[in-house]
Amino acid sequence: MTLHAIFISPFVDYGFMRRALVACFALALGSGPVGVLLMLRRMSLVGDAMSHAILPGAAIGFLIAGGLSLPAMGFGGLVAGLSIALLSGVISRTTSLREDASFASFYLTSLALGVLIVSLRGSNIDLLHVLFGTILAIDANALYLVGGIASLTIIALAVVYRPLVAECFDPEFLRAVGGRGSLFHFLFLLLVVINLVASFEALGTLMAVGLMMLPAAVARLWAQSLPTMFAVAAATAVVSGYLGLVASFHFAVASGPTIILTASCIYGVSLILSPSGMARRLYSRPHLKA
Amino acid sequence: MKQPLIELQDVTVAYARHPALHHVSGTFREGSMTAITGPNGAGKSTLLKAIMGELPVAEGTIKRPGLTARDFGYLPQAAEIDRQFPMSVADTVMLGAWRRSGAFRRIDPDVKAKARKALSAVGLEGFGGRIIGSLSSGQFQRVLFARLLLQDAKIIVLDEPFTAIDARTTRDLLDIVCRWHKEGRTIIAVLHDFDQVRAHFPETLLLAREAIDWGPTSVAMSSRNLLRARAMAESWDEGAEVCEKDAAVA
Ligand SMILES: Nc1ncnc2c1ncn2[C@@H]1O[C@H](COP(=O)(O)OP(=O)(O)O)[C@@H](O)[C@H]1O
Ligand SMILES: [Mg+2]
Repeated sequence: MTLHAIFISPFVDYGFMRRALVACFALALGSGPVGVLLMLRRMSLVGDAMSHAILPGAAIGFLIAGGLSLPAMGFGGLVAGLSIALLSGVISRTTSLREDASFASFYLTSLALGVLIVSLRGSNIDLLHVLFGTILAIDANALYLVGGIASLTIIALAVVYRPLVAECFDPEFLRAVGGRGSLFHFLFLLLVVINLVASFEALGTLMAVGLMMLPAAVARLWAQSLPTMFAVAAATAVVSGYLGLVASFHFAVASGPTIILTASCIYGVSLILSPSGMARRLYSRPHLKA
Repeated sequence: MKQPLIELQDVTVAYARHPALHHVSGTFREGSMTAITGPNGAGKSTLLKAIMGELPVAEGTIKRPGLTARDFGYLPQAAEIDRQFPMSVADTVMLGAWRRSGAFRRIDPDVKAKARKALSAVGLEGFGGRIIGSLSSGQFQRVLFARLLLQDAKIIVLDEPFTAIDARTTRDLLDIVCRWHKEGRTIIAVLHDFDQVRAHFPETLLLAREAIDWGPTSVAMSSRNLLRARAMAESWDEGAEVCEKDAAVA
């Protein structure tokens, strides 16, 4: 088998592979940077919980549309994700539970509710699609959605970069100088939710957050500054998407999990080889003069 | 005498009805330099937040005619900043210019020059490009002072700025505080080192949930007062409910 046959021809020969690849790239460009910010805010768990919270909304969309309808499920997911984000913000402000804890308790409730609603009407196949995504069945409309969300995310990040970083870094300071921190915090949660809705289409509820958090963890290991972290995270997600699709094609295994596992492998290798990784600790080099 | 800048009248601040401090009255004058001292849990941090309007007062009033949140430059106690956050020293300092550059405007060259000047003023010349995670805690405190320099605020509020900071850094930063005072800014600082307070701060508020004394440092820091403050801290009853002063009125 030639390199061409392994790495290129699946995408030349099959339209569904090309669409899946474009979807992965778009997801990567949006989710990578958002995941980095989520990690830096120590909200990784929140992201995970939020991705589950989308499920009941998407499931209600599924019920109303009477099938796997992209607009209905996307809209339902968006509404559910946003309400959960707002609600947990309120709960963590009015009770002594940390935001993380309040999110975690929504997690199981949402998952159970979502699965229940889908199984009211849908088949087991529908359920599988909802839980694990349908990246190989992505159509043009889904591509527009995913691409639109990625573009919106990148533009939004560029516009609110400074206040977002300031709010993330030192919220107390931003409040003191009258920086409307909660507005930007909410805007950020909005970005998280729309990116999760996009991932949900491709990777399903259970792994939607994978292309967000794993690349972010890789970026943390390799990069020092925030812009390079964004770049490393997006690149990691792009590479995971591409290699994951290639591997799933040749080994005929499910593509969503393969993409996530590829990202996990990159993370594992980074743990060993990165500047702060284990290999560098074992083989220390002579230090510099002063 | 200078104008009163901030006036407290019988101020009580409570967390869920438990007063963190109560019945505090007194004045911070324009250009004054006041140390706030007292045992742990005395309500010092609470008082600072109330002064800046970040915490509501349960009873009494705080008069701040003409002041807004932006007139305060605040250094929180052991600032809850994630020091592993990938920020450069220069970017951290330039946050101090938030009022000028705001959320969206371009950072003009003047601000960058000021940030460089502020960094050299705190003894960190040439550190601008470093990532804050690579600094020692003393160096990081210097960065936060550089940010305060850029903020250029009328009133500087410092909550235990020198706790767990090395002697050399403390000396350098204390110099900056004294310079702010000479420039006519109002300084309010929570401190634990009595010698520091006696040497540099003309006025002292000795706090132990209520004001033990508030006035010239030599008087407020008398050994009798200090003993009283300690006794009050030790006899503090967390379960206490209704304050006697209020009970007498009722
Ligand atoms: N957010 C809070 N919620 C409830 N109680 C608080 C809170 N912050 C402080 N306290 C209580 O108020 C009292 C005064 O706290 P603080 O002002 O931080 O004291 P200090 O700064 O003098 O050490 C303490 O008993 C503390 O437990
Ligand atoms: Mg305190």
